[in-house]
Parts: sequence; C-alpha cells; structure tokens
Amino acid sequence: MHMPDPDKTVLSRRTEIIAALRRIVPGEGVIAEEEELRAYECDGLTAYRQLPMIVVLPETTAQVSEILKYCHGEGIKIVPRGAGTSLSGGALPLEDGITLGLGKFNRILDIDYDNRCVTAQPGVTNLAITTAVAGDGFYYAPDPSSQIACSIGGNVAENSGGVHCLKYGLTANNLLGVEMVLMDGEVVRLGGKYLDSGGYDLMGIVTGSEGLLGVITEVTVRILRSPSTARALLIGFPSSESAGDCVAAIIGAGIIPGGMEMMDKPAIHAAEAFVNAGYPMDAEALLIVELDGPEVEVDELIQRVDMIARENTAQSVRISSSEDERNNFWAGRKAAFPAVGRISPDYYCMDGTIPRHRLSDVLTRMTELSEQYGLRVANVFHAGDGNLHPLILYDANTPGELDKAEEFGAEILKLCVEVGGVLTGEHGVGVEKRDLMGEMFTETDLKQQQRVKCAFDPTQQLNPGKVFPTLHRCAELGRVHIHEGQTRFPDIPRF
Amino acid sequence: MSEKFTPQTPKETCEIISDALAAETPIEIFGSGSRRLIGRPLETEYALSTSALKGVNLYEPDELVLRAGSGTPMSQLRMQLDQHGQMLAFEPPDYGPLVGTPADSGSLGGVIAGNLAGPRRIKAGAARDHFLGVDAVSGRGELFKSGGRVVKNVTGYDLCKLMAGSWGTLGVMTDITVKVLPAPEKTRTVLAACVDATTAVSAMTAALSSPHEVSAAAWVPQNIALRSAVSYVSGAGTALVALRVEGIGTSVDARCASLRDELSAFGDVDELHSHNSEAFWEEIRDVRFFADDGGGSSLWRISVPPADAPNLLDGLHKDIDLEAFLDWGGGLIWVRVAQMQDAGSYVIHRTMGGTSGHATLIRGNVYQRTREPVFHPEPVPVARLTRKIKEAFDPKGILNPGRMYEGV
Repeated sequence: MHMPDPDKTVLSRRTEIIAALRRIVPGEGVIAEEEELRAYECDGLTAYRQLPMIVVLPETTAQVSEILKYCHGEGIKIVPRGAGTSLSGGALPLEDGITLGLGKFNRILDIDYDNRCVTAQPGVTNLAITTAVAGDGFYYAPDPSSQIACSIGGNVAENSGGVHCLKYGLTANNLLGVEMVLMDGEVVRLGGKYLDSGGYDLMGIVTGSEGLLGVITEVTVRILRSPSTARALLIGFPSSESAGDCVAAIIGAGIIPGGMEMMDKPAIHAAEAFVNAGYPMDAEALLIVELDGPEVEVDELIQRVDMIARENTAQSVRISSSEDERNNFWAGRKAAFPAVGRISPDYYCMDGTIPRHRLSDVLTRMTELSEQYGLRVANVFHAGDGNLHPLILYDANTPGELDKAEEFGAEILKLCVEVGGVLTGEHGVGVEKRDLMGEMFTETDLKQQQRVKCAFDPTQQLNPGKVFPTLHRCAELGRVHIHEGQTRFPDIPRF
Repeated sequence: MSEKFTPQTPKETCEIISDALAAETPIEIFGSGSRRLIGRPLETEYALSTSALKGVNLYEPDELVLRAGSGTPMSQLRMQLDQHGQMLAFEPPDYGPLVGTPADSGSLGGVIAGNLAGPRRIKAGAARDHFLGVDAVSGRGELFKSGGRVVKNVTGYDLCKLMAGSWGTLGVMTDITVKVLPAPEKTRTVLAACVDATTAVSAMTAALSSPHEVSAAAWVPQNIALRSAVSYVSGAGTALVALRVEGIGTSVDARCASLRDELSAFGDVDELHSHNSEAFWEEIRDVRFFADDGGGSSLWRISVPPADAPNLLDGLHKDIDLEAFLDWGGGLIWVRVAQMQDAGSYVIHRTMGGTSGHATLIRGNVYQRTREPVFHPEPVPVARLTRKIKEAFDPKGILNPGRMYEGV
C-alpha cells in the first residue's frame, strides 16, 4: 500500500512541533513516546500498521481549532481518529502526520425529548447514546456491530449502518447536525435540531467522507421511541438460492423487517460451535428475520413471514416466544466474526453490496474463487439491503497467505461491482479499497469527488492517502478544459 | 423569451453544457417547469429542459429500486409504482399550483433538485434520504456519476446529497436512482381539537414520542381547517391536530384506538378513514390551503426545532398579518403573509434570529425574490463553503446562476 511520501522537513522538526502542540494541549494530551504511540499504529484493519509522528488528544473544540490552524500553517498532515474501530484503515497513521484522537470528547451534552434528539461529543460511543435514553423508552437506531466501542463521530465519518438500516436508515438518515473544524481552523456548524438544509446539504456530504473534509467536534442525532415488541424467526433453507427467494418474497409482500440477516453453511457451523444458539446444522443457509413494532402488527407479520418461508422451501422455522429466545437467535449472528476467528488463525472481513437477486450467482462464483485461492470463506449477509460480508480465512504466519487473502478479497469486490453492486456497504474505502475505486468510478467521477475535497481542504492535509487512488493538486483539478470549435451559443455577450 | 434546448440523451446534454461553457453563457436548467418560479429570478438567454430525458429504465420492486430519466413525469412514476403497491416514501409534494403552474406536472428531477418532502418526512426522511444514485453533467461539461443502485453504499463521497436541494445550480441530472418502499395497506388519521399551537405541539410531541409509529403530525387552526375539502375537517368547527397512522389493518386499528385514548386529554377526538385521510394529507402536503395567492400574498416554508414553533408563531403574529399551519409535528411552519412589500422577510428573519432553522420563500413576486433572501442566509464560514462547492461543480457559474444565492 503506497502512502504519500513523508515530508522530511516536517519529520526533522518533530521536537519543535511537539512543543508547539504542548502549548495548545497541556498535560498528557500530546503523546510522543514510541511505546505509547504503538497503541495508535493501526485501527480495526490490523494488516496495515504505521507509527504516527505524534498523537494529540485535545479536549475542546477551541484546541482542535488551534491544532488545525497551526498544522495548516506549518504544512503538517492530520489523521483524525475516533475509537479506532475502522475496518478499512480510515485512521491508519502517517509517518509524518499527527493523529488527532477525539477520545476525550466523551460527554453527552444534551438530551432533548421535546425535539427527540441527543447532542453528544464525537467520542461518545454509539451504544452510550441509546443507553442514555433507553430508560425513557428511546433509542438511537443505527447499530453497527461495533456499537459498544465505535464512536458517534466515527459513525458520521463512515456513515455507519448496522443490522437495522433497511428499515431505519444509516447514520446519514438519522443525523441532524454537526459542529466541525476545517483544516484552516475555522469552526462551522451544519444542521441543528431541525430537518433538512436551507442551502446545499453540506452535512450530507460530510457524512461518510472518512475524515477527509473536517474534524467532527459535536454531533446531534435523532432518537426514536423504542418499538413496543420485537420477535424473530429463525429459518433454515436447503440452498442459499431458496433463502434469497424468501427474502425477495418477504419484501415483495410489502414487509420491511427491522432486521433480516443471512448466514451460509460455514458461518452457521462456526457460530453454532461457538455459542450453541441451536442453529440448524443441516441448513445450507440460515435466515434471521426480526419484526418490530406494535404487538398486534408483529404477531400478524410473524405469521405472514412464516407462511412465505414455507412457500419458499424452508426446512425449519422457529419463532421466538420470549426475549431470551430472540436474543439467542441473534447470539450466533452477532458472534459470527469471533466465531470464525476461532476456526481460523486469521480472517479478513469484506464488505460489498450487491443487488440481492444476484446473491446465488455471487456465492457460486465465490466458491470457485475459494477453490482457486485455496482459502475458505464464510458469509454473513445483511439480506434486506444486499450488504455482503464474506470472511476470508487465512493464516498470517503462512508466508504469502495474507497477500493471497487480499487478492481474493479484491476479486470478490470486483465481482460485487460487476453484478451492479458497490465496493463497500458500510466499512468505508479507507486505504483498503482505495486502489479499487477505479473499478466503480471513472477518472471524471473521481476528480469530481476530489474537487469537493478541495472545497473543504484545498491544501489536502486532512487524512491524505485515503479514499482516492490518485492524488491531484487542487489547482490542477480546478482547471477548466474548454473545447474548441463550433458552439450553439454564437455571438452573445459574455459576462 | 429565451431559447430552449431539450436534449434527448445524456450525451447531448453534455454537448450543450460544454458549448455553454465554451461561450461562458449562463443557462437556465429546469425539468417540467413546475417549480421554475421558485428561487431567485434568472435572466438567461438560454434554457435547458430535461423533459425529454424521461422514462423508467429500471424498476425492480423486490429490490426496492427504481431508476429513471430525470425528466420523467411524477404522474407516470406514480402510476408505475401504484401497479406494484409501492411508493416514494418521502411523499413528494407538488408546489406547482402554489406558484401558478398546473397541478401534477412536476418531474422526478425537480422533486430531487428541490429536496422536497411531504408530511411523512418525520418518519421516512426527505428526497435526499431516498436518493441512491445519479448521473449528471457538471458545469464543466462533464458527465459524472455518484452512488449506485443499492441502499447500502459508502463508496466515495455521496455527491447525491449535494445534488439534492441544489436547484440545478451544480449539475444537470440526467438519470436518477431512488429507493422505493411498499405503500401502506391501510391509512387512518386521528383528529383532536387543539385550539392553540402550544397545546397542539404538546399533543404532537406526545404522539411522536409514543410507540404508535405516527407517520404524520399536523396542526391547522380553525380558519384554515374551514378550507379543507374533507368535511370532517372543515365542519369540525375548531382547530385540529391530525395524526396519521399507517400499516397493516389490525395494527392501524389498535394504534388509532390507543392514540384516541391518549389524545382525549387534549380535546374532542375524531377519526378520518382511508379516502378522507388520504385527501387531507394531500392538502397538507401540497399546501392547498394557501394555493390561492389572495392577490399578492407570499408564502414561506420554515423548518425549525419542533418545540420552538409555538413561540416563533406568536412572535410572527405580533408583527405581521399572516396565516399559518404546522406540519412535521411542529418542525415545519407554512406561513402565508398578506401583501407586504418585503414578503415579511425582515420580521421572519429577525424573529428566527433566536432559534435555529431555515426559511425559504416559496412564493413571492419578482421584486421580492430579487431583493429578499429566498433561501436562508448562511453564516459566513458556511457561505464560503457553499461558494467553493459551486466552483467545484460549475467554475464558470453557468448553471442557474444566482438562483439560490447571489453569485452562486
């Protein structure tokens, strides 16, 4: 993975930069010792590691602004970091960069039931927001699997999803406002406790921008009343094709479940061995369908889904009759990643999205690739929205196997794009999928995205080396190419 | 009268914009023209309509996805969705009649370009939340795409978010992919007498904080309720809070029963069933109560924190002759200002000074739309970003220049 060449001048000024940062953030907020920097050398994508030049942990928006203003003036690169749970290397440090951690921004600032929203600092975990309002019957809907650890600021940067996003949307659909600091130190507020933007939807473009446009220092999200009931069905199928057909039939019948998750046979077996959830071991595919809402509605929809499942050759159907049972259905799915981690020394988690009806084609092709590369693969699938997480099993201690796993992964993602899908559904591009962007976008598409980057960060000091395979100077991107020759607009006054 | 281009293909659209760029000639971009009179007035010699870029070129009901040319008429789209029991869940409104253009003449591109949404906004989101992918021609004369055809996608920047609500100032959208959803099997509306906005917002807040999945919440004062074509509303003889419940039959019945119980504390309660319920929410969605401009009245759409609405309304009533009703549980205030030279702009912006939110002048005469801020003024650093975004897409300022802000 090629990252931008380190700036030797900046590296040679390290001591002076540390002193300057300590003037802005006194005390222990500036980390410069190698053994302490080690904790920041990677995020959730552990295959890539790089020691940052310095780590700074500010506590106030004013400090963030001061740091960025200083770095802007001195030409120093910044890598923003939330909880460091990114699975795409979004917080991978730069050798000549300052990693700016938001971990000390950990307070919930305002719970406003009248306007049904919560304002929090970016380092607050996703789950902590729900926990803060759960006692009053509310929750925050997006629930990425890492919700116990991942931060709300990171969720904004990555536009995180979760198992409930078909019905309740991604972060972008639940976000009301942000405060952010631009690379030049300017503090801007976008959105608020009201809906939609009066002008351009700048908050919308910032969501999912992977820390390349600004540093989020405050977040306001919408909270919802918790559904009064949730029940789930656990359905076993003789083939992934029939499971896929069942998913299509459920949605075709006008039912949007709160969650709808599929697992293939290797994933079922790994999960069952780990948590004993009572999964059907003879099934080729397993579907968990959760219905939530008012009790009468859930009871009726459970019956409808049960019938649809049987019409689609389900081998087994279990319906939860208690919260314990429902949680038990989910236990295996939620433990799928660590469960796979038990049957293989290492695994590599992919994250493509496909049009759902192409699922069995994609799985067939993946089985072929699995044989070709000699690496096993297990699949978990957010079946409702087509987001596929193939887990490639490998052993990092076997020379060359990581490279093989990465190649295999890239093949899978190319396949997702080929069938009409996308490279990443919720994990982000980061460094991991950066060099695959050309599979999905033309040079023109990518340059238009980079011009947006230039509007926010013209010196390109924020998280460079992520998302875009080729760095272009903003001046070059701004140049207008005008064609010569005849025009439909002759002889009119120009302005 | 300006010369009008009606490109038949994205490629032709690209060529026309490239030509306009080469000549540095500003050009008006519109779809069917139903919202052409919204925004600051344009004075361009040339115009481009996307009306020939029409037709649904992908619709997979099981996948909840639809892609169509941006000029596709909303009426055609609705017909196709109806056949499969589906809908655009953000309830695209039709503001055409508010500004004197024919009803139901809008296009998909127009709805997206305005990021418009009806009463279901509070539950289902706005146009932006259902906008999955776009092909568009930038002011650089380049055809670019963003997003895709799947719901869950974080690959690269989501340029769709910028295109939605940019009113044709950043690009000419040629193809649009949206998420579609199943239409509810049953719809009902619970009505409760609520004389003033403060009580109304309390009632709506209680309902929206309940587990009954209310999909729309509005308040209409008595004089406005009188104009409703729904006799239960016009004949109620009082101001009303209306709460919509949608879903499968048994669930709707049960939730309505609970809501009626809970609302009886606020005032007398009634219920609108399917047809009446639909008719009433169309009136709210399209702001039909204010369709008649009453000889020069102007119309504002004000988005605020719901709990701030009653105070803001009180403040406005003190200083201007106006009528207003609330949608989005109080979060959206529709204000009709009787004849005033500045359309009430000064007072509205001054009164809003203490709260957050934004006001958009949906109907105003040319003078008002030139002199007054049609779109809410942005704080300096945000305005600077807005300009830079405009430059990133349209460096020579040829696409709908000045429609949203002067110089943008």
